[in-house]
Amino acid sequence: MGTVSETDVPTVVGVSSRQRSFVPRGGRGGDGQELVARIVSSRVTLRARLRELWNARELFVFLVRKDLKVKYKNSFLGFLWSMLNPAFVLLVYYVVFKYFLKNPTPYFALYLFSGLLIWNLFQTATTGSASVIVANSGIVKKVAFPREILALSQVGTATVFFFFQALVLVVFLVGFQYSPAWSYLPIAVFALVDLIVFSAALAVFLSAVNVYFRDIEHLILVLLNAWFWGVPIIYSYDLVYGMFARHNLGWLEKLYLANPITTVVIAFQRAIYGHVFVKITGNPHYVVLANYPYHFFLELLGGLLVVSIGLFFGAMLIFGRISGNFAEEL
Amino acid sequence: MSSAVEIQNVSKRFHLYLEKYSSLKERLMHLGHIPYEEFWALRDVKAEIQPGSTVGILGRNGSGKSTLLKCIAGILQPTFGQVVVRGKVAAMLELGAGFQPDLSGRDNIFLNGSLLGLSRREISHRFDEIVEFAELEHFIDNQVKYYSSGMTVRLGFSIAVSMDPDILLVDEVLSVGDERFQQKCLERVKLFQEDGRTIVVVSHSSDMLRSICDEILVFDAGHLVTYAPPGEAIRVFKEGLLALDATPVPEAELPVSVDIDVAPARPQVEITSVTVEHPGIGERPYVVTGEPLTIRVEYAVHSAVDGAQFAIEILSDKDQTLFATRSSGSEEAMLLATGAGSVTFCFDSLPLLDGRYLVNIDVRDAGGVVIGLAEPACDFEVMNPSKATGVVALPMRIEVVVPGSVRVTSP
Repeated sequence: MGTVSETDVPTVVGVSSRQRSFVPRGGRGGDGQELVARIVSSRVTLRARLRELWNARELFVFLVRKDLKVKYKNSFLGFLWSMLNPAFVLLVYYVVFKYFLKNPTPYFALYLFSGLLIWNLFQTATTGSASVIVANSGIVKKVAFPREILALSQVGTATVFFFFQALVLVVFLVGFQYSPAWSYLPIAVFALVDLIVFSAALAVFLSAVNVYFRDIEHLILVLLNAWFWGVPIIYSYDLVYGMFARHNLGWLEKLYLANPITTVVIAFQRAIYGHVFVKITGNPHYVVLANYPYHFFLELLGGLLVVSIGLFFGAMLIFGRISGNFAEEL
Repeated sequence: MSSAVEIQNVSKRFHLYLEKYSSLKERLMHLGHIPYEEFWALRDVKAEIQPGSTVGILGRNGSGKSTLLKCIAGILQPTFGQVVVRGKVAAMLELGAGFQPDLSGRDNIFLNGSLLGLSRREISHRFDEIVEFAELEHFIDNQVKYYSSGMTVRLGFSIAVSMDPDILLVDEVLSVGDERFQQKCLERVKLFQEDGRTIVVVSHSSDMLRSICDEILVFDAGHLVTYAPPGEAIRVFKEGLLALDATPVPEAELPVSVDIDVAPARPQVEITSVTVEHPGIGERPYVVTGEPLTIRVEYAVHSAVDGAQFAIEILSDKDQTLFATRSSGSEEAMLLATGAGSVTFCFDSLPLLDGRYLVNIDVRDAGGVVIGLAEPACDFEVMNPSKATGVVALPMRIEVVVPGSVRVTSP
């Protein structure tokens, strides 16, 4: 009687012997064709993860759309905020640096804007993704889907905002009747791709780690603040880079350029602002932008893309290693 | 055909942190020695689920049944071992998980469907069907935060079943919504069964599982105890419960001692013991449906009574009288002299189904005045090996006349 329940080793006592007659399911997987087997295990290859991610691309679109819809749902100005908010930041920086600190750069607003656009994308993506798994614990605990998609959707949302803000930039350019460096536009697009891949890598990493260390979402705000001033958005690239060069601080110089966001920002500024040197009173060769030739930008961005893709795979691996415990940690 | 779900030596370990250190500072301070206890929710579980079968997972709370379901669904990854799942899986662990309150029902159908793995085209294709099944035609463009909980659950269920899965995983969600909708859900599950789809249901309601499952996996403390047809599996499960004395009847209600609360300070007849006898006594703590059952009452008479009658009453655990009778006048006039005696009530074949039953005994004098009482006198547990559910095992057989032939099946 009680023999089965008393054994320590669980054994398969019976394998289905149906009492009700049934027709095994036809259709998909029928006709002798095997159904797709999915393996749930703690060791899933990176390839399988990437494939799952690719299969969930529609979900990515829905999640981005949800973010866009929900974010400004109950505010009166709604979606306009995505443009108004950076516009106000821009205005503050502009007033402070142009009038209080007497920055001599002509069209300073455009210079600022081209850098801030990039920064906003990066900042929105990283801050949003750091807390995204924790914020969506409800579905992480109850629904099976590739969780990385949550982090990536934050990058997607940030990218959509980027394009809305870029529209404002276009309005600025038209308003000022300002012509960007058309030949450098491919560089700008390349830079944007780099930025998205790099942000995605960071987003995936941060979202996973934040499940275990909830400080990350706060820490990232502090770090981003410091990071912002390490990127030539408000001041000119030459101001810092030139200073290192003059003091023979070669390694600092390289370190400064090694900041991925700096690379992206100077490439973007080169395309949008366009003018490396401008004439100002007292200095006919005032350096505004990083003075690099086209191919150097290509190399820099190419290098960054390779590194970013590497980082992305690395982040996916880390995510894969620790995501198995998400449902229990949340 | 290979099995739909193969559970290959699956173990799942949880860390139960004695204190939750999820901030960096705390983690650093307790680096390497965060106090936790290991807890094995599943231990080396091996099972195969055949395509087209409906399999139940039964166990007490914390026995690992939901963990296993989550491993099959891919929500949790096993610590060791793996689960191979063949076919499209729909997991109903929580209906409406992931609904965005700020979005309309329409948007949520797309978002949730997509989350469950449906393509946009599939969702558009089934949109009307989903709305109709959920009975939300008039509210589909309202924000979900204005939905009642019933509406939310209906929408969640409707989306999940629209997935057209090969394998449906259900975690006690069928017990939600109003009764009519529950019925609708059950009908949908039956349809899935008829389609030959695989269904895995987690529940602690053995009656529900008995009525729908072909086979049941019984878990106890992370171990797979048995994998057998419902009658056998539920018997093993209940045995386990009884062995642990974890029956749902609270301690206070357990009829441990014989309480006598009749008017006289000292009853004329004292019921000294009431025992239940059945063929399996000593081996198992329950009676099997259809077995003989004897209730033996020992009593002591303190002052002689003439024309005494013994009465027995059998009650369900919901306090409903199922059966009551007394030794009436047709018996020889019972003269109880002082001293000890006994009376037995014999059932040749007990027609009761699963459950715990209470027995009341009383003694009355010729005038019908209660002179001795034991209420409840004792209780017994019944196990039922058949597929029938309910309270009474009515004797019956089924005759089906099909065109061209006559087939007679007995239960």
